[in-house]
Amino acid sequence: MLKASDLNVYYGPIHAVKGVSFEVNEGEIVTLIGANGAGKSTILKTVSGLMRTRGGSIEFLGTGISAAAPHRIVRLGIAHVPEGRRIFTSMTVEENLDMGAYTAPPAELEEDKEAVFERFPRLKERRKQVAGTLSGGEQQMLAMGRALMSHPKLLMLDEPSMGLAPILVEQVFDIIRSLHDAGTTILLVEQNAEMALAIADRAYVLETGRVAISGTGAELARSEQIRKAYLGG
Amino acid sequence: MGFLGFLISGISLGSIYAIIALGYTMVYGIAKMLNFAHGDVIMVGAYICFFAVSKYHLPPLVGVLAAMAVCTALGIVIEKLAYKPLRQATSLAVLITAIGVSYFLQNAALLLWTSSPKVFSNPFIRQTVNEAGKKIKITGFQLFDGQLRISYVTVVTIVVCLVIMAALVLFTGKTKMGKAMRACSEDKGAAQLMGINVDTTISVTFAIGSGLAAIAGVLLCSAYPTLVPTTGSMPGIKAFTAAVFGGIGSIPGALLGGLLLGIIEIMAKAYISTQMSDAVVFLVLILVLLVKPAGLLGKKVREKV
Repeated sequence: MLKASDLNVYYGPIHAVKGVSFEVNEGEIVTLIGANGAGKSTILKTVSGLMRTRGGSIEFLGTGISAAAPHRIVRLGIAHVPEGRRIFTSMTVEENLDMGAYTAPPAELEEDKEAVFERFPRLKERRKQVAGTLSGGEQQMLAMGRALMSHPKLLMLDEPSMGLAPILVEQVFDIIRSLHDAGTTILLVEQNAEMALAIADRAYVLETGRVAISGTGAELARSEQIRKAYLGG
Repeated sequence: MGFLGFLISGISLGSIYAIIALGYTMVYGIAKMLNFAHGDVIMVGAYICFFAVSKYHLPPLVGVLAAMAVCTALGIVIEKLAYKPLRQATSLAVLITAIGVSYFLQNAALLLWTSSPKVFSNPFIRQTVNEAGKKIKITGFQLFDGQLRISYVTVVTIVVCLVIMAALVLFTGKTKMGKAMRACSEDKGAAQLMGINVDTTISVTFAIGSGLAAIAGVLLCSAYPTLVPTTGSMPGIKAFTAAVFGGIGSIPGALLGGLLLGIIEIMAKAYISTQMSDAVVFLVLILVLLVKPAGLLGKKVREKV
């Protein structure tokens, strides 16, 4: 479904992603794990078009997207829930969802909103509330709900558990699982490697801009090297 | 009765500032830049309307629509040619470019239309016949046995300003494009991830701001009829002040800032000194910004972790 080859991404003179290649097949949950600064978020930004790769290629459903504008990539069916959620804090919960549906047919707007509210009942209670007043967990729910409004074929989640209490982290992962069960393909970036590996079909471990190891979630979770480096022994 | 008259004049002048300030504030909100050429777009609008009415004898309403069409196109072209290539540049480079565009427009106007002032004919008049059978022009009406005179242009200006404000509030609150503009002004990256074309949205913002500038130009020159290539610069700076006063980036702030600025200016002219009125206006601005650095209705920058 998504095939990235030889991504090289720079922040000015800094070579942040060095020749990374990975694939996401339809129906999979694939996770990118690794320490801070390993290049995980940069890779997602490059897929969604916010950053550019020098050389290399990104294909989504057979179309090259490495030079496409971000708003076009959304229309192809990729939704990106960015790091730090980046909801529109001055807009209401409902307006945030409206923005998520920017590329979707207007006729389905109300129906889609109801579907999001069903998945995230807290958002329904707060639909008229300004999003900046939501708690961290609710903001994460809103960011995910907003992304679902575009009917993505591929959902990219950047650190959805960041800054959340353990019980909310569990909830977020439950939601990821249920989205996956409903047929959404998921590319997940996480620092919480243990939980990410537990739900992932396949995983790539990144170290300073390179893929260090890749394999199935279960394989990597058992790997001695991974346990030492990321799972605290 | 004098006070009431001054108040109405102040509100009217303030309405013009508010309409201009909307252009500054909307563009700032979305492109995070100060478009100092905005005042000169007003001047272009006034010239277009002037020529349409005086030279081609078109009805004033057609003149206004022509001015709006030309200014809207001008705004889009300015953005595409001068500002879009600088999207990633430092704000200082954009600021200098904006000042350059301002001088360019003024000098182009000087070349095209010369420096000799054009006298803008007030379109808001009523023709009637007096007792002696002579045709006379009435520019306004009188209240309280002639103690309070209000010109039509004053009333039209205030009404137009209110209609524009209401339309913009509806536009940004209810329409898809309006909401997309708010999303872009808050977080361009996140807006792009929603599928919003940021370039188009910025273009639309410039188009709306410049179209409004044309209306402001016609209203301004109907009230103050001398039209020269630098006509737009002082009202432009005042309106920029109004936008900052009200809180730059805020649409209600532009209205409040514009109205207050107009009222303070007229009151200062009436009760303090005509020469000192601008000094008083800017003194008030300085005092407001000392107490509320983000302006009266400006957003506090809030960070959530």
